[in-house]
Amino acid sequence: MPGPSQTRNPFTEHETPAVSVAIEGLSKSFGNRVVLDQVTFSVQPGEIFVLMGPSGSGKSVLLKHVIGLEQPSGGRVQVDQYDATAEETREKVRMAIVFQAGALFNSLTVYDNLALYLREHDLASEDGIREKVGRALQILSLEGAAEKYPSELSGGMKKRVAIARALVMEPQLLLYDEPTSELDPVMSATISEIIALLKNEYHVTTLVVSHDRDLALNIADRVGILMDGRLIFLGTPADLREPKDPRVAAFLYPQIDLQNPRYKQLET
Amino acid sequence: MKQILSVLEGVGSTWLLLLRAASYVGTLPRQRTRFFEQCYLIGYTTLPIVAILSFFIGSVLALQAGYSMQNFGAKQFIGSLVGLSMARELGPVMVAILLAGRVGSAITAELASMKVYQEVDALVTMNIPPARILVLPRLAAVLAMVPVLAIIADLVGWFGGAIVAKYVAFISIEPEAYFTALRRFMKFKDVMNGLIKAECFGFVVTLVCCNIGLNTRGGPREIGAAVTRAVVVSLILILVLDYFVTKVLM
Repeated sequence: MPGPSQTRNPFTEHETPAVSVAIEGLSKSFGNRVVLDQVTFSVQPGEIFVLMGPSGSGKSVLLKHVIGLEQPSGGRVQVDQYDATAEETREKVRMAIVFQAGALFNSLTVYDNLALYLREHDLASEDGIREKVGRALQILSLEGAAEKYPSELSGGMKKRVAIARALVMEPQLLLYDEPTSELDPVMSATISEIIALLKNEYHVTTLVVSHDRDLALNIADRVGILMDGRLIFLGTPADLREPKDPRVAAFLYPQIDLQNPRYKQLET
Repeated sequence: MKQILSVLEGVGSTWLLLLRAASYVGTLPRQRTRFFEQCYLIGYTTLPIVAILSFFIGSVLALQAGYSMQNFGAKQFIGSLVGLSMARELGPVMVAILLAGRVGSAITAELASMKVYQEVDALVTMNIPPARILVLPRLAAVLAMVPVLAIIADLVGWFGGAIVAKYVAFISIEPEAYFTALRRFMKFKDVMNGLIKAECFGFVVTLVCCNIGLNTRGGPREIGAAVTRAVVVSLILILVLDYFVTKVLM
């Protein structure tokens, strides 16, 4: 069993160093609108870090900074010892992201979606690709979907295909953007289990952006909560069960009050 | 001011995209499947409409020329007029306009939708440059297919003119006389200049449409707006370039 600082390759049993993520004073503005304001935290190698927060709090924007799709207005993001915004970082560290809507290539079958990375980087022969893709499909219980197109898949299957596609990249860092959104409770639990399984089996450093409380409480090693672009909570799932900060409590355990509904409070 | 900046930004990003795509030219042999797919889409599927339009453009040219020239006894030059007009101007411009409307709009719609639905982001995170697999095969295919389309447009246009010249009562010129006149005044250079123009137009249209598609942000509404913008910009560029390329080739 590899130690927590090693990422085990799911396909070849090789081990590579798991990577850390360090976010230091990260700020991002779009015009006059401040989306992230001096956010600082780190993700340890082999850890599952869940970043929560209400819609529009800047979670997905933060994730895009980690994968290098956005340039910070201030501060910096480091993956391992590399600057996340540098193009070379994607060559030095194997990073993969599971997008909220899957971002599967609609013109390709599920098999070809998974094979694309290996083919484009010439990482295996067609036989090797078949083996690796088959293994990823098997891990995600998608063997029967290989020849289907994304438009023929359910929401849950799309998410699993997106995870399988990320897994084929043998990532050292795996990012998930709202992996359980738009899914029924059972499928949400299934996806949460898969995220935890991949971390436990392969020790992939995992950063999940979500507002799924159950996911955070059950699979996270640590949790951060973003609100209005600021990190207002950093702790363990145990700390989340009895939050001291009233903003955190109001976000995680909202009361449904039919006598005094929130939308009327917002109006005033 | 904002609009000027936006135009400059568009010009800059288009050049950058061209440079990026050019830097991956070495990968083209490995991308032959994509290249042939694009050749099929750009060449084969555009061919019927190019043939139909060029036939009628050649026909109407012969008709107008015959009508105007009959009073001067210059009907025997109809073949030269149709031949030169199709080869030097109408063939290349018509092919480019059809490319902008049919192929350019489809390219922008596809790439804009890939951008909006994060497929392009997914490629970037996989360290697969979009310029390499989305832009380069299209540019290469357009360079390969446009001369073929332009030659077919010329031939079908000439043929359309010949039919009108023979069967319209007030013209009545035999095909032999029509094609003799066509050959007499037309040089190989005229056809080549037309092909060079068509290549320039097709390349620019494809590049601009790719760039607009890849820079689309927002949702379905913005995809529609991007397609409209791509076609409008392409049409303007075709006509502006037409003047300058013609001047250079004279």
